[in-house]
Amino acid sequence: MRLIAAMSGGVDSAVAAARAADAGHEVTGIHLALSAAPQTLRHGARGCCTIEDAHDARRAADVIGIPFYVWDLAERFRAEVIEDFVSEYAAGRTPNPCLRCNEKIKFAAVLDRAVALGFDGVVTGHHARVVDGRLHRSVDAAKDQSYVLAVLTAEQLGRAVFPLGDSTKRQVRAEAADRGLAVADKPDSHDICFIADGDTRGFLAGRLGARPGPIVDAESGATLGTHDGAYTYTVGQRRGLDLRVPAADGRPRYVLSVLPRTNTVVVGPGQLLEVRTVDADRAVWTGCPPPAAASSCSVQLRAHGMVSPAVVVASGDRVTASLDVPQRGVAAGQAIVLYDGDAVLGSATITRAA
Amino acid sequence: MPYLDHAATTPVLPEAVAAMTTALGELGNPSSLHGAGRRARRRVEEAREQLAAAVGARPSEVIFTSGGTEADNLALKGIYWARRSADPRRRRILASSVEHHAVLDTVDWLCAHEGAEVCWLPVDATGRVDPGSLAAALARDPDSVALVSVMWANNEVGTVQPVAELAALARRYGVPLHTDAVQAVGALEVDFAASGADALTLTGHKLGGPCGAGALLLRRDAACVPLLHGGGQERDVRSGTLDVPGIVGLATAAEVTTGRRAEQSPRIAALRDQLVAGVLAAAPGTVVNGHPTDRLPGIAHLGFPGCEGDSLLMLLDARGVECSTGSACSAGVAQPSHVLLAMGASPAMARGSLRFSLGHTSTTQDVQAAVAAIGPAVERAQRAGTGAVGPA
Ligand SMILES: Cc1ncc(COP(=O)(O)O)c(C=O)c1O
Repeated sequence: MRLIAAMSGGVDSAVAAARAADAGHEVTGIHLALSAAPQTLRHGARGCCTIEDAHDARRAADVIGIPFYVWDLAERFRAEVIEDFVSEYAAGRTPNPCLRCNEKIKFAAVLDRAVALGFDGVVTGHHARVVDGRLHRSVDAAKDQSYVLAVLTAEQLGRAVFPLGDSTKRQVRAEAADRGLAVADKPDSHDICFIADGDTRGFLAGRLGARPGPIVDAESGATLGTHDGAYTYTVGQRRGLDLRVPAADGRPRYVLSVLPRTNTVVVGPGQLLEVRTVDADRAVWTGCPPPAAASSCSVQLRAHGMVSPAVVVASGDRVTASLDVPQRGVAAGQAIVLYDGDAVLGSATITRAA
Repeated sequence: MPYLDHAATTPVLPEAVAAMTTALGELGNPSSLHGAGRRARRRVEEAREQLAAAVGARPSEVIFTSGGTEADNLALKGIYWARRSADPRRRRILASSVEHHAVLDTVDWLCAHEGAEVCWLPVDATGRVDPGSLAAALARDPDSVALVSVMWANNEVGTVQPVAELAALARRYGVPLHTDAVQAVGALEVDFAASGADALTLTGHKLGGPCGAGALLLRRDAACVPLLHGGGQERDVRSGTLDVPGIVGLATAAEVTTGRRAEQSPRIAALRDQLVAGVLAAAPGTVVNGHPTDRLPGIAHLGFPGCEGDSLLMLLDARGVECSTGSACSAGVAQPSHVLLAMGASPAMARGSLRFSLGHTSTTQDVQAAVAAIGPAVERAQRAGTGAVGPA
């Protein structure tokens, strides 16, 4: 096949491209420039869109022996990922920008362009497997990225190639070293690539401005303090509340909900975070037809989150999951991903949890 | 391989390779006083005379540099500083809006750090500076002008500027004019003395010489503050041990290329015309950018509506046809060309263009290969559209 390999400059995508080339595919390396004003050098482990990362990707392509180009997707990325991130927070939800990037950039803008240019698909270094057209978890549970890929439609998955799904991260690094790829021991990137200093709160404050409002106790209704913008709080968050009044029971308080309309942050004890019912919309079914009746499966409610058994009811593009075991810190805007063992059945975007 | 990117760099002439190879085997620092030094010095001075003769300059006007970028920096910064220190009112730089980044970014730097003010001279739809706009900018406040910089011929679209006319205007006010002639030397008749310019940039690797060797031609009466301080090797305007093989290669290439210009330029222009006609037949919507007649013989700058230049370049590269989007890169990302934008093109059109540039090794076969590849490439690139990179 003729494949585009999306190369971030990291070790995973470099080994993925190399494996695809070894498998006999005609591979062309692409680095996605996602920032209109890229930083010259990486700072720590953050980000993947510095000029240095583009350079690392280019050097990996040289070593593999494949052509390499940079595609400028900064404008699409801004419109589809960054603006979405900001407006989701403004609406009191907690988005996952990596998932959105897979959905709108890597397996949409890039894939569409690749197909139009005569390529058959896109190779990435994601830790996940596609088995018989169905998305599965990686064999490396700690590195598994099926959660952030579960938004892909069957059609998108049909053109996705994930050569790393059968390997652990350790194996990938060892193979990179064997192949002479300089990125073999490059640190993994963490956090959000477009917030270079890792200060999400500061980033949002810069975009949305200060919007002071009350922090209210869920049980008493009393105002316990003020905040500079409800949008910087995430359900389940405990740190950084900076409350003036200590809790009556002396136990820590958590963010229970963020109410954008009244600009209120509601806090309370940990047990009130527990939810049993999760409503979601924008359902995508890749691993099975939309279930006609209530069916059992396991669900994951955030990246690297716990998995719990649940009974799921689908109707139209909506999903309701009743969790067997209550879970804490379920935030609207995150994805609920449904699994049958290692296989992804589908996903939806959480709208409400109770 | 159809190499159609001679404006980026052109193959080194065998004559230059031979001369450089000999020079590389010879010992001597041209600044040394002993025999080896004198022999090295002699080679440099012969090269200086050879280069000067090829471009209508006096040997004493040749300042060897590490290439075009250094020569542009030296001319802009050095003349600006010298003029400003002679009269602190002189802070205005008048430069064309289609300059190479070596000029553009140097001017921006002078504005940001040295108190310069720039007036970007507009160009028309063909990329030409109107002498009237220079005359007006000079007349507005002649005492405040530090220098004028207008390139001889544009590296993207190939448009040739009326340098002699502009230089005459500047001279009327006693303002020095620099011209970046990197793309012009070897392709057009370039006579430094006749041009009336005070400073002229040229570089080896665009005319069949090596990369990393260039020169600033600087009139003896043009004051210029050095950028590189040290041994004072080049008229005290440029320091650094002279690169004898590079200088020899540059001078040899300049002599050979200018000597063959009368037969090569028409041959290359005919190939270019054949290429343009072939592309227009294969992809009928194609737009030809640049000046219809006053242009470099080797450049065809073509706009492909509905395509991304990046996509086309990649598709042609896969077929072995090597060309350029003609725009500057940061992290390898093509920005819409400031040249095309200055000519009034839309950002989409600016991004949907390719520069094919021909040179001394170009053949009909190269042109035929490019013409054969362009039709399918345009069709595909149109299908890919501009959506992937443009606004959603
Ligand atoms: C018009 C123009 N000026 C300056 C330069 C820079 O010259 P050099 O590559 O020798 O630094 C180039 C070539 O890239 C050019 O085309």
